[in-house]
Amino acid sequence: MIFVTVGHQTPFDRLIETLDEWAARHSDQQLFAQIGDGEYQPVSMPYTRWLGAADFERKLRECEGVIAHAGTGTIIQVLELGKPLLVLPRQAALGETRNDHQVGTAEHFANESLVLRARTEHELPEMIDKLRTWKPARRASSIAEPQLLARISSVIAGR
Amino acid sequence: MKRSVNRVLAVSSGGGHWVELLRLRPAFEQQETIYVTVNETYQCDVAPSRFIVVRDATSWTPWAMLVLGLQMFSAVIRIRPSVVITTGAAPGLFGLVAGKLIGARTVWLDSIANVDELSRSGRLARRFADVWLTQWQHLASVGGPEYAGKVL
Repeated sequence: MIFVTVGHQTPFDRLIETLDEWAARHSDQQLFAQIGDGEYQPVSMPYTRWLGAADFERKLRECEGVIAHAGTGTIIQVLELGKPLLVLPRQAALGETRNDHQVGTAEHFANESLVLRARTEHELPEMIDKLRTWKPARRASSIAEPQLLARISSVIAGR
Repeated sequence: MKRSVNRVLAVSSGGGHWVELLRLRPAFEQQETIYVTVNETYQCDVAPSRFIVVRDATSWTPWAMLVLGLQMFSAVIRIRPSVVITTGAAPGLFGLVAGKLIGARTVWLDSIANVDELSRSGRLARRFADVWLTQWQHLASVGGPEYAGKVL
């Protein structure tokens, strides 16, 4: 199963509609989508609007790969599992976020070979084909860099 | 050697902000930590620590922002933490303002998502953060935000 998620906050119909059309053409492929409060309702893939933290983490463990918005929460959680992830960044000009930070996030993680990136929805189909055989360059640990933890510990200790 | 335990208020909004906050836990797991976030389902990530849910708000939802502000001030005044730490966004900003008011040490860690510039809440946090951190070396500067590593 490929798990599709738009994250916890705003809808992302551009991603969901494109993947629903892809699913219609690939009935042998199993997708499951979390779509938030989007207007577009998929007809060719099962979906839910929201998942609690525990159910979300279960879906990530069960799936073979993930297709998502370029949110850092999703990216980090998938990297902790070392699973293949394809992201489509949200665009401010389309009202999908307040600014284009996801474009920068996607570019950074793609340059490090930690995610696959589709710049636009038109690139999604070819990137989905790549996703099947692709692996991220590394699996992430579950904690921050030691340097950052040390800095924060020193503040807490009042040093 | 006996070390004194500090009361730490760890604050974030949902999604990436929460995931980033969780990765800082080794820095405060020896302390008395109270978590504040916007989604009650996140409690399973930090149980049995004390856990408070506040209203989610963005600049698109001014009414919710007002409610959130009152909730954050109320939580900080009630809990009286010695340290407030946040990965953003709006709940953390209110948390730092209220934290400064009661004399707590305050830490802002801007999200790793902000590669090209600090977030808006991150820029506003400057005046209220004793330690003002970016996760991108190229955004750090003397007199600007400090770089001390990444959550990933």
